[in-house]
Amino acid sequence: MRNIAPHQPISGVPLLQARGLAAIRGERVVFRDVSFSLDAGGALLLVGPNGAGKSSLIRLLAGLTAPAAGDLLWQGADALEDPPLHATRLCFVGHHDAIKPGLSVAENLGLAGRVGAAAIMTALTRMDLQRFAELPARLLSSGQRRRLALARLALSDAPLWLLDEPTTGLDAASVARLERFFAEHRAAGGMIIAATHLPLDMPGSVPFDLSRGVL
Amino acid sequence: MSRFWALIRRELVLALRQAGDSVAALLFFVIAASLFPFALGPGGTILARIAPGIVWVVALLAALLPLNRLFGADFEDGSLDQLMVSGLPASAVALGKIIGHWLTTGLPLLLIAGPVAIMLRMDGAAVPQLLASLVPGTMLFSLVGGMAAAITLGARGGTVLLPLIALPLMIPAVIFGAAGAIAAHPIGEFAMLFGLLSLFLPVAPLAAAGALRAAVS
Repeated sequence: MRNIAPHQPISGVPLLQARGLAAIRGERVVFRDVSFSLDAGGALLLVGPNGAGKSSLIRLLAGLTAPAAGDLLWQGADALEDPPLHATRLCFVGHHDAIKPGLSVAENLGLAGRVGAAAIMTALTRMDLQRFAELPARLLSSGQRRRLALARLALSDAPLWLLDEPTTGLDAASVARLERFFAEHRAAGGMIIAATHLPLDMPGSVPFDLSRGVL
Repeated sequence: MSRFWALIRRELVLALRQAGDSVAALLFFVIAASLFPFALGPGGTILARIAPGIVWVVALLAALLPLNRLFGADFEDGSLDQLMVSGLPASAVALGKIIGHWLTTGLPLLLIAGPVAIMLRMDGAAVPQLLASLVPGTMLFSLVGGMAAAITLGARGGTVLLPLIALPLMIPAVIFGAAGAIAAHPIGEFAMLFGLLSLFLPVAPLAAAGALRAAVS
C-alpha cells in the first residue's frame, strides 16, 4: 500500500472544493459556474464533448492557469494563493507525456529527483514497464509512453491526482491495471479527478458533464 | 531546497545525455572566432588588439545558440508543466534553468576562451584578465538570455525574436566587459559588470517566471 501525505480531516469542510470556477480562452468563455466538492477517497470523472473545457479545468485545478472567476479551496482555505504549496498536494499527468527520448525509461522517472532506484522499479512494475527500464524512451510505443507518464503517479505521495485523458492509447489490460491502481489510491484516502472521453471504470465516481455546468 | 538541486541535477543530466546543444555552441565559438584571422590576416597587431572584443562578442553569440531550446524543449514535451507543479516557485524554476544554462554553456565557453584568445594572437599574460571579465559576462549572458528565452516561449517566430530581445540588453555588458578585459586598471569596468549582475540576478528570474506562467496557461 502506498503512503499518502497525511491531511487532517476537518469535519464539515470538504478537502477540495471548487466554487463557481470559470475559464476564458481567447475571448471565449470555456466554462463557468463549475462547483463541486471532493473528499478523501472521492473521484470525479470529467466528461463532455471536445472543447467543453476538460483539459482547461484540469490545468486550472493544478494551478497552471488562474481561474477567470471563482475559488478553489483546500480544507476551506484558498488553494491557489500559494501555488508551490498547492503543487505538493497534487500529481498532474497532462496530455503531453513529458518524456525525454534520449534517456532510458528508468532515468526518465529519476529526472524529477528525490527517488531511489528501488522506488523507480516499483513504479515501473505498477505500469508493467519493468522489462523496459534500461531501454531508451524513444523506443517506446505511444501506449507505453503513456504508461511511463502514469508511472509518475506511483512515485508521488500527493493525495490529489489530476489526469488528462489518462487512458489514451492504452490496451485493455493496461486500462484494467490502471483502474485497480486508481481504486487502491482512493482506498488509501486519495482523490482522483480525471478528464476522459473513453469509458473508465471508477466505482462510486461522479461523472461531471462540463457542458452542462453545475454538478 | 532539495527540489532546487534536483532541478539543477536534471539540467546537467539532460545536457550530458543530449550534449548536442552545448557542443554546437562551443564549436560555433571556435569556428566563428577562427574566421577573424582569415578575414583580417593572421599576422600583425590588428588581430591581437581586437582579440578581446572578438572573444567577448563571439562568446555572447555562442551562448545565445542553445537558448531557444532552454525552455522550448520542455515546453513542447510537457516537461515544463511538470516543472511548474514540482513544488518550486516559477522564479526558482527559471533560475534553476538559467544556472543549468551557465553550467552547460557559459562554463565550457569560459574554459575554451583562453585557447581561442591565444589563437587570435592575444598576449598570453593578458588572457587571465579577459577570462576574469568573462566570468560575470557569461553569467549575464545566461541571465539575460534565459529571460529573453522565457519571454519568447511559445511565440510565433520566437527563434528570431529571442536575439532581437537579448542582444540590445547585452550592450552594456559588452561595453564594460570588453573594456574591462584590456583596461590597465579595470576596477570601474568590473564594478559595472557586477552592478549589472546584481541587477539581473533578481530581475531576470522574476521576469522569466511571469513569462513561464503565461506560457503554460
